[in-house]
Amino acid sequence: MLNSQLILNQSIIDDEWTFVALPSGNEEIKKQAGKVVLFKLTGESSPSELQINETVIPQNSKIILPLSVYLKNREALKTRLKNNEIALWLATHETLHALITIEKDINIFPLIAIFVERFQDGRIFSLGNLLRTRYQFKNTLRAFGDVLQDQLFYLKRSGFDSYLIKTGKDVHEALKALQSFSDPYQGAVDIKEPVWKRRVRS
Amino acid sequence: MYQYDNIDQTIVNERVAQFRDQTSRYLSGKLTDDEFRPLRLQNGLYIQRHAPMLRIAIPYGLLSSKQLRKLADIADRFDRGYGHFSTRQNLQLNWPKLEETPDILEELSKVEMHAIQTSGNCIRNITTDQFAGVAPDEIIDPRAIAEILRQWSTFHPEFSFLPRKFKIAVSGSKQDRAIVQAHDIGLEFYYDKKQKMAIRVWVGGGLGRTPILGSVIREHLEWEHALTYCEAIIRVYNLHGRRDNIYKARIKILVKALGIEEFKKQVEAEWLHLKNSPNTINENELKRVAKFFTSMPYEKLNDQDDVFDQAIQNNKAFASWVKRSVHPHKQKGYQSVTLSLKPHGLAPGDATSDQMRIVAELADQYSFGELRVSHEQNLILADVKLKDIFNVWEKAKAHQLATPNIGLLTDIICCPGGDFCSLANAKSIPIATSIQEAFDDLDYLHDIGELELNISGCMNACGHHHIGHIGVLGVDKDGSEWYQVTIGGKQGSDASLGTVIGPSFAAEEMPGVIKKLIDVYIKQRNPEESFIDTVRRIGVNPFKEHVYA
Repeated sequence: MLNSQLILNQSIIDDEWTFVALPSGNEEIKKQAGKVVLFKLTGESSPSELQINETVIPQNSKIILPLSVYLKNREALKTRLKNNEIALWLATHETLHALITIEKDINIFPLIAIFVERFQDGRIFSLGNLLRTRYQFKNTLRAFGDVLQDQLFYLKRSGFDSYLIKTGKDVHEALKALQSFSDPYQGAVDIKEPVWKRRVRS
Repeated sequence: MYQYDNIDQTIVNERVAQFRDQTSRYLSGKLTDDEFRPLRLQNGLYIQRHAPMLRIAIPYGLLSSKQLRKLADIADRFDRGYGHFSTRQNLQLNWPKLEETPDILEELSKVEMHAIQTSGNCIRNITTDQFAGVAPDEIIDPRAIAEILRQWSTFHPEFSFLPRKFKIAVSGSKQDRAIVQAHDIGLEFYYDKKQKMAIRVWVGGGLGRTPILGSVIREHLEWEHALTYCEAIIRVYNLHGRRDNIYKARIKILVKALGIEEFKKQVEAEWLHLKNSPNTINENELKRVAKFFTSMPYEKLNDQDDVFDQAIQNNKAFASWVKRSVHPHKQKGYQSVTLSLKPHGLAPGDATSDQMRIVAELADQYSFGELRVSHEQNLILADVKLKDIFNVWEKAKAHQLATPNIGLLTDIICCPGGDFCSLANAKSIPIATSIQEAFDDLDYLHDIGELELNISGCMNACGHHHIGHIGVLGVDKDGSEWYQVTIGGKQGSDASLGTVIGPSFAAEEMPGVIKKLIDVYIKQRNPEESFIDTVRRIGVNPFKEHVYA
């Protein structure tokens, strides 16, 4: 059995991609009414120039880069991109605007990954939907971060086909959740038609 | 009413299996508290003060007698023999056991019921007018669209983890009874110039900590776009609503921050992409669902009935009950009857399992086996023949279901409060019962007339205190319970939010405060003028001066 937490479609597979993290910056800890605020709001500024410049880009593997790092090094990465070695990741508070204004065809990327810091952050579902429907992304769409069994069905329906299950959680159990409901009501990314157009209802 | 086909039934069955699995993973330690919390909430399960609380969905407030009997059985078998009807037309059980909730859900699934999305940061139960389909002022029966909305919102993959809860109300009558202006989205149905069914879309209303009445985002939306337009609104909210502060996370805060014009611009831009997408409702689906909500097989009757008229003349108690509890009906010879769940001195909205069975029997005998739950927390028999009303009254009266106080001061709308709810700052039920006891004189109560009194145990406003003619809010001051009073709130098409009259009061002062407010009204009112109209005419000051004198 594979020692992997990665699901692609219905199978557990080894990860051929190397994840490139941003070097930790001076993360500002915000407090509200005594509580530490974890969420970043949509569009909030992402990594600092310093973090972007200090990111080490591995040379000899297929890598998933932070969107900001890719945009900064776009020219230098052209050949590797052609060789299918470059994928992107962005966090749920980032918008797709920066990406789609610079890359007219996002299908040049074999994989786009969305990082969800906390599983309750439902922006990941809208991002998945937009990438698949509005921007016609056809390649692998991966969710990683706080990715848990009980959200997989929604992720699948929002256009994700790859899920890196959180460390420590049972990936085999998680697989089952992709089949939670056999005939969902509304149209979404995976099954476009609502149930009343799919089946004749009594 | 709507009846499940095998698709609906399969979804509910699969939900039971899913929740059984989630509960067992939680109990065996595979799911943490934090991971389980949103899952159980999306099944209506709260962890409360004494025990969990389970909120069962009653879609748009419509129940069959068979379903009500099942609820009674569940209350007996899994709880303490009673349930609480809530201001969102749902039923809450106060004493279920966590490990038994999957069994409760399984029992519910046998009568086409569930607890799906009765809590959590998702689209909640769709609510509407308790007189839908029978009210004489109805333009469009909104229940078919409400059912289509229910199905569309069930496990909506994009909108199951919103920044905060999301409530949709639909209404299709001249006089709004669904409080569409106090919902995240309110859909108001009407016929446009081409006599086509259209929707006025309200957005950004809500009570809670920051009460705001909604704004119209679209004056005219063709009905087939109801779902895709909601998707556009909720997508903008899902992406841009605040997630860093729970108190600023509702859509109303986003709408206020952007301004309705900018918000509308973003929604319309989103909708350009979604308009005519597959979730656009078609004529066939509307017809399929609407046929479950056609008129009952009414008999041809006269507008007048001798038995009824005589009973009114001969029985003063019956007459005064009729005045409050019987409502006009679109069909000649029929009326709607409200059964009061507000007997003086008991928790508002509570019904025992025996009472549920009695109501089920009344529904079978006199009202085509159906009933409704109102957001005022009463039960309604929608289709009762004039000649049967006296029989209904006698039976209801024998089971404490006929307090003649509908729409009066003691028909108090009240959340479970600090006696049960772990969010509450203060108790609300004892305030309600002490006020009911102080106003136990029925003649005086009828003389005061129409008055809505709403009590919430905290600023989450489950008791809708902001829109009560008199609103009472429980607050916590240095660890003790106090009550803030507002006046001048109102639900309906001319909705308004109440104004705080001044510093808060101790629990034992509350009946006296209400008495003083009533004194001012009695003294100042014009003939036929209701409390709320007097407040609107003379303002808050005369009330304030007398209460704090």
